[in-house]
Amino acid sequence: MTAADYAEFSNYAVASGTIVLALAFLAHLAELLFVRQEAVVPASVAVGGGDTAVAVAESDDDVEPRSAVLSRIGIALTVVAAGLLVAGVVSRAMASNRVPWGNMYEFGLTGVSIALVVYLVLVRITSVQWIAPIVTGFGLAILGLAWSAYVPAGPLVPALHSYWLVIHVAAVMIAGALFLVGASASLLYLLKERAELRGNVGPILRRVPAIAAMDRLAYRTHAVGFVLWTFGALIAGPIWAHYAWGRYWGWDPKEVWAFITWVVYAGYLHARATAGWRGRRAAIIALIGFATFLFSYYGVNIFVPGLHSYAK
Amino acid sequence: MPKNNRRNKGPAPALGNLEFLRWMWAQLTSMRTALLLLLLLAVASLPGSFVPQRGVDARAVEAFRIRNPDLSPWLDRLGAFNVYSSPWFSAIYLLLMASLIGCIVPRTRIYLRALRARPPKAPRRFERMPASGSFETTADVDTVLAAARRVVGRARVDVVSEDGDGGPRGELRAERGYLRELGNLVFHISVVVVLVGVAVGSLIGYRGAVIVTEGNRFSNVLTQYDEFTSGTWFDPDSLPPFSLELDDLIAEFDTGDGPQRGAPRLFEANGTYRDGLDGDDEDFSIRVNHPLSIGSTDLFLVGQGYSPVIKVTDPEGNVVFDEAVPFLPEDATYTSGGVVKVPDIGTEQLGMQGFFLPTAARTAEDAASISIFPAAANPYIALQAWTGDLGLDEGTPQSVYVLDTSKMTQVLDENGDPFRIELQPGQSSTLPDGTVVEFTELEQFARFQISSSPLAGVPLGGVAVGLGGLVLSLFIRPRRTWVRATSDGSRTVVEVAALDRVPRDDLPDDLTAFIDRLRDEIEPQEKP
Repeated sequence: MTAADYAEFSNYAVASGTIVLALAFLAHLAELLFVRQEAVVPASVAVGGGDTAVAVAESDDDVEPRSAVLSRIGIALTVVAAGLLVAGVVSRAMASNRVPWGNMYEFGLTGVSIALVVYLVLVRITSVQWIAPIVTGFGLAILGLAWSAYVPAGPLVPALHSYWLVIHVAAVMIAGALFLVGASASLLYLLKERAELRGNVGPILRRVPAIAAMDRLAYRTHAVGFVLWTFGALIAGPIWAHYAWGRYWGWDPKEVWAFITWVVYAGYLHARATAGWRGRRAAIIALIGFATFLFSYYGVNIFVPGLHSYAK
Repeated sequence: MPKNNRRNKGPAPALGNLEFLRWMWAQLTSMRTALLLLLLLAVASLPGSFVPQRGVDARAVEAFRIRNPDLSPWLDRLGAFNVYSSPWFSAIYLLLMASLIGCIVPRTRIYLRALRARPPKAPRRFERMPASGSFETTADVDTVLAAARRVVGRARVDVVSEDGDGGPRGELRAERGYLRELGNLVFHISVVVVLVGVAVGSLIGYRGAVIVTEGNRFSNVLTQYDEFTSGTWFDPDSLPPFSLELDDLIAEFDTGDGPQRGAPRLFEANGTYRDGLDGDDEDFSIRVNHPLSIGSTDLFLVGQGYSPVIKVTDPEGNVVFDEAVPFLPEDATYTSGGVVKVPDIGTEQLGMQGFFLPTAARTAEDAASISIFPAAANPYIALQAWTGDLGLDEGTPQSVYVLDTSKMTQVLDENGDPFRIELQPGQSSTLPDGTVVEFTELEQFARFQISSSPLAGVPLGGVAVGLGGLVLSLFIRPRRTWVRATSDGSRTVVEVAALDRVPRDDLPDDLTAFIDRLRDEIEPQEKP
């Protein structure tokens, strides 16, 4: 296959992967609707000790509840989507003969592929199915952002000819994937905490683990993500900037936003250790942190001219 | 309301100056203040990414001021064009730094004390601890405690035994995870080191930029720079002596038909350099991402462009000007603007201003030419001319890229319109007064950034060490473990409890595993 063939194959693979992921997202949404419905019907049975609506419905031996079927369909579709996206990433790398994260399109595509593979591995070893709608939804949204910045496969501008591209962008991309998981956990924490305060935890939120567990998951993913972000954005980035642009740090808009993201996540880690800020306020700071991360990834390149604009 | 009652009793006893300072210090160094300052720093950084910054791109600032004439004076007053050196930004990070140091110093003292301290005594009631358990064994107290010592592993351990009323008893106190607070302190000290290193480094370093056309030589003295900034403590006379000559600049662009057409593919500057005043010439090749280091100075290729060679002959046939003139690129297709100043011509000086297009094309017969490709496939230059006083003799420094036409009159054609000089390489144009302007050939120029950041290793090393500290502070798990053994003569009751300084949910599982291993250690024969 020639480079052009690989590039074409990559586009088809990513396009079909996006469509299949959309179907998976719809399947999980439908699953949520059925969870609601099933929770209403056998309410009399559920009083005893039904922790989850699924567990209650399973007592009905013969018929598998629709929500469980849809959950399995959603995960199967996600497997297919992940396979297509990974194929798209690999063929994209073959087409351009370099690491597949040289521009925003590739960054988003590769990041979502990594996140989906990590998620599917987690589904296999522990049960994190409850996060499925959020992962597939976020994944679709970021694929959409990536598509909006699509460029055909090709070589890089001279400033990107450096092995620091591999180190800097990979670290930042994995940090971003972890921030995504952390933000999902913080979001669910906030939703469930509010529902618990109001005393109306619905059947959907009931499937989500206890808020303490969400808080811990958020903390751990953010902690690892913060370390990687520190390395990728504040160590590898300046070193590369020195070689490419002749200065370590120059307050380029992308640098400003990377710094803002770092400061906000540092704030999150401190908030968890500050009385009165633990829990809800910390979770809100984490979500602000994710918003600043998304702006550093996407918004800066779209709205502000700067040195990173070639990454478009 | 209680507050009002208190106020009615008269003013509270005034705080003494020292107490007030102590109170301020306590407020400043509290975690809550540090957190607020961090978030404030993030907010304060925001405007710098939306308003162009002088230190980053002075030309963008000027363009912005022209576009926003009403807003700009206010932004200027607020320091919005110099956010990162503005008083309010400095105030926030200096407060943050004070808060940081005020946090580090007492915590270091506490940590040093904790390092010398022994693990705390076992609590009286183990069941109040987050995880606890007990079992009975026939082994005696000393055997149990010795086994517990082995099972606890790497930790600071004290074993205390005594003969109580009911029989021998003893306890083991273990604490581990001291590296967490060490990592925490190392990380925060590193942040201070990085900030100080950056500040000092910028005081003793310098950064300049220079445009060198092919065939020309650059010597590292202040007058040769186009732009130069240095720290307060830097002495321009101490610029290290070196020189370089640019032989060839290679610029390659994507020639495909796709959307990447015209995207840069390779920039490379080749030539020779000489370290010191009289050394041997050595070859260099500078590419983007591959700077040249001469001693402590680094040379980076940060731009390139075109220098048309312009030759001016006066009406008497004397060559009064023959130089390569750099035209500064203004867009991705290298539409470039430039100025030619010819001072030594008759009584009236000559100035020309216009643009250069590397690959000129017209979309229609009467449309203006535009550049359609960054490489020089169809070079074209368009100039207008002025005569009069260039203003060079007034002693005030002026940019070679700006023509001050305030004391000049524009050269007009016979219709009274501005006289246009449009040339391709080898072509010439004759002004109404008989002066001949010729575009003899096209050279390229390289824009080098030359900088010395002597202390760059300090912040970089600081961040690297700080990262190590960060990892320790986030992932080390401090834990206290107690084992109490009480013997009634025949049997020994073993109680175990554990406490995490940073609560974790896997503590009960860990404790169960610990008890299993302890039992195996005490009674190895029970192992299958």
